[in-house]
Amino acid sequence: MENAGKLPLGTALVDSVLGYAVVFIGLALLMLVIILVGKIMVAQARKTAEKAAGKLSNTRSPEEYERAVSGKPEPEKPAVPLAPGSAGEVRIYDTDPRDAAMIMAIVADKLQKPLNELRFVSIKEVKEG
Amino acid sequence: MNILESLGKLVQESGFAAMMSGDGWKNLVMIIIACVLLYLGIKKQYEPLLMVGIAMGCLLANVSALGGFGNALYHQDLWDEFLKEGGPHAHSYGYIMANGGLIDILYMGVKAGVYPCLIFIGIGAMTDFGPLISNPKSLLLGAAAQFGVFFAFFGATLLGFTGNEAASIGIIGGADGPTAILTTTKLAPHLLGPIAVAAYSYMALIPMIQPPLMKMLTTKQERQVKMEQLRTVSKTEKILFPIIVTIFVVLLLPSTAPLIGCLMFGNLLKETGVTERLSDVAQNALMNIVTLFLGISVGATMVGSNFLSIQTIYIVILGLIAFSFSTIGGLLVGKLMYKLSGGKINPLIGSAGVSAVPMAARVSQKVGQQENPSNFLLMHAMGPNVAGVIGSAIAAGFLMSVFG
Repeated sequence: MENAGKLPLGTALVDSVLGYAVVFIGLALLMLVIILVGKIMVAQARKTAEKAAGKLSNTRSPEEYERAVSGKPEPEKPAVPLAPGSAGEVRIYDTDPRDAAMIMAIVADKLQKPLNELRFVSIKEVKEG
Repeated sequence: MNILESLGKLVQESGFAAMMSGDGWKNLVMIIIACVLLYLGIKKQYEPLLMVGIAMGCLLANVSALGGFGNALYHQDLWDEFLKEGGPHAHSYGYIMANGGLIDILYMGVKAGVYPCLIFIGIGAMTDFGPLISNPKSLLLGAAAQFGVFFAFFGATLLGFTGNEAASIGIIGGADGPTAILTTTKLAPHLLGPIAVAAYSYMALIPMIQPPLMKMLTTKQERQVKMEQLRTVSKTEKILFPIIVTIFVVLLLPSTAPLIGCLMFGNLLKETGVTERLSDVAQNALMNIVTLFLGISVGATMVGSNFLSIQTIYIVILGLIAFSFSTIGGLLVGKLMYKLSGGKINPLIGSAGVSAVPMAARVSQKVGQQENPSNFLLMHAMGPNVAGVIGSAIAAGFLMSVFG
């Protein structure tokens, strides 16, 4: 606490208020810039989505087109049976659940990884001919 | 020379003998303080990555000082000459390189302001600004939570500190270690040790400092507010953000360039998606190496003759005041936003504006969940939290441009 360079209290108070104001104004202006950029981005994304929906209207049914424009989710498809022991994620097509379980066990064994660290998306029987 | 004379000479030259003479007791006290800091870092895990380095640096510097600086890792006398204006070795890094030990060489990175900037690149690479981009009003909370910086600055001036010293003490309220270190190195290098220790200690103590203030300044009804889900931020917005912030903030306040520039550079590495290797290095290897160098070299400045003074006690007290008033500033503007938004904004996220990523946001989440277990404020609090990093860098830039 050297005496030289000591700040008069009035100056210190002005510096404090000015400093806080600079931080506030700086960040408030930055906020406005980010809001503006965000609005432009959202408008652009909407435009792109509408364009894509316009293209789709030529190839899709009126219900599908309506869904694409409004962003409504697709109706649920009929349930496909789940493989046993897969934490409800694996979908199996034309495959016996026992076979599916065996396939997952073999893959885990070949990869030398515990089964719960692997993620199986679907198992489908490939029919030849 | 007989054996008794040899033994006597050894005892006289040992650090133990030096401890009992002159100012040796000061080094002994600092060795005890270093051991306490080691305990806090290792056992209590208060910012261990830095605290252990700082404590070990302090220990080594004070043990070396007792041994007479001969083969020491750190030489306080060299740095005293370095700082002596008009002296033959003033600001001569060559002199330090030729005569210094390992920590002297490492300390040059602190002195030149290199480490804080490199750490900011790492922080930028680790930070997701998504919550801030999706809710830009968070920036106002980040600004409000710099209140403690200027309150403590004024308080330090009242206590008789010079403008440069007061500015360095005030920045503790920004709750941002690298920013505090950079500002202090530029404005009041002789206070680096106590300011760094105070900044990192209080950052570690945020879970204890903030909750009582949060409960005192908000009502139960306010704390229970559930906030709406944030919008999804596109990749383009995330890439544009660091570029826009760099251009805008640095043009506004050029003295923020080292901190904001490096923070945003790190973030750009993360978000581009084409520099994954660089982002990985910035987040891990670079960050770890610089943290190691920074901790030990800042700790080494805590030599008894410099550290043990009434100034250190003032700095510790003012640091706590700075932290508390930054929290209060954020909470009060949070309350204002709660009122203006018709009760849609939970004022608890205001306290996260004090930087200290992500601990302050976690505290907001924890206190909010105590009132309403189904409330998840973490992502909402991350907005003001990362805004606080930008806010404290702007506050530091202002102080450096006024007093630098």
